[in-house]
Amino acid sequence: MSINRRQFLRRAGMVTALGIGSSFVITGFRKKDAAASGYTKAAKDMPAKRWAMVVDMSKFKSEADMEKVIEACHKLHNVPKFPNTKDEIKWIWKDDYHHTFAGGHNEYLDEHVMHSPFMVTCNHCENPPCVRACPTEATFQRPDGIVAMDFHRCIGCRFCMAACPFGARSFNFKDPRPFIEEVSTEYPTRTPGVVEKCNFCYERLADGLMPACVEKSNGGLIFGDLDDPNSEVRKIVSTKLTIRRKPELGTQPSVYYLVGGGEHA
Amino acid sequence: MYKGGKIIASLIIFAALFTIPFFYNMGKVNAGPDVALDTPAIQQLSDKQCVESPEFMRANHMKLLNQWREEAVRNGQTVYINSQGKEYPISLQDTCLKCHANGSASKVALSNPASSTTGVSNPAINESPEFCASCHDYSAVKPKCWSCHFEPKEAAK
Repeated sequence: MSINRRQFLRRAGMVTALGIGSSFVITGFRKKDAAASGYTKAAKDMPAKRWAMVVDMSKFKSEADMEKVIEACHKLHNVPKFPNTKDEIKWIWKDDYHHTFAGGHNEYLDEHVMHSPFMVTCNHCENPPCVRACPTEATFQRPDGIVAMDFHRCIGCRFCMAACPFGARSFNFKDPRPFIEEVSTEYPTRTPGVVEKCNFCYERLADGLMPACVEKSNGGLIFGDLDDPNSEVRKIVSTKLTIRRKPELGTQPSVYYLVGGGEHA
Repeated sequence: MYKGGKIIASLIIFAALFTIPFFYNMGKVNAGPDVALDTPAIQQLSDKQCVESPEFMRANHMKLLNQWREEAVRNGQTVYINSQGKEYPISLQDTCLKCHANGSASKVALSNPASSTTGVSNPAINESPEFCASCHDYSAVKPKCWSCHFEPKEAAK
């Protein structure tokens, strides 16, 4: 028995319609997974368009003030202390003037400024090169400007470390857990093979708290929404002379430095 | 068949070797895990209900955990609204471990990587019978959550 073209097309069409139709029937009867569930932000969550930090160097009188800030951050986030500096993990640290503001320095600069250490951390750039370098999108930019990391996704390729012009990223060459002196249950630890860095305490912002370093800085670190014209950071950045690290690279850092006191600047 | 006897004999030997594990374990009791749902920690809770129904959790907890991770870490959505409209903070420590806790581990203990086989501290397998280990040991699925997150600390208050 043979069929002609018309019959063949008609039968093929009917079979196709039947197949598509029955698949709808089957999925319609299937029990839905978590039908009405959803997600929302915490009630205490602090919204912002662009989180930024101002480092007021005049408030850091001694290195002890800086150590206090570093300690608060590193304790909270379970940052390990490795004896070998090659393995060092740092979220916020201090560095000298020449490293912080590399290139074209003024040799007649005030001795105090030239030789005192600066607080440095991840700059949470507006154009973050680390985000572009990351092949797995483990590093990403949140809508509030924070350059955050999803440690679950990090494959340890360290492209981001090469891309970051500020050396703000550290790699876990060893299991960090045995090197954590005092364990904080507020934040998870990391595994070997994962990069880490400052996250502007986004887990605290979701709870309505300021970053840990800001709380311990006695006003030396000022944190707020740069997009909000009434925020303190915005007022400082728009009225006083602040400098940023390596602005010529065009990454638009969100960490501003207020150097040399308020009244002259 | 050319050298048929040898081929058939070899096939029989191969089939016998291949099925040894099956015959070896045949008839032996292989009971599934018996997870107690009325631990002291759960007894003390006023609301003895997980974020979703037990059936849903048994089948989909891994998917839910992945969704929680995506929403909390990447989208900043730190509250889960379940199918009944109830809200829960997305947190292993503050939500899951309130019930799925191990009463014997009295404080947060960081495991020694030297004693683990993978080179990464992974205490989930030995700890917390009411949490992952009982079922995950049975099905030989090793979760890596506790190499970063803190394992169940103490029975929730």
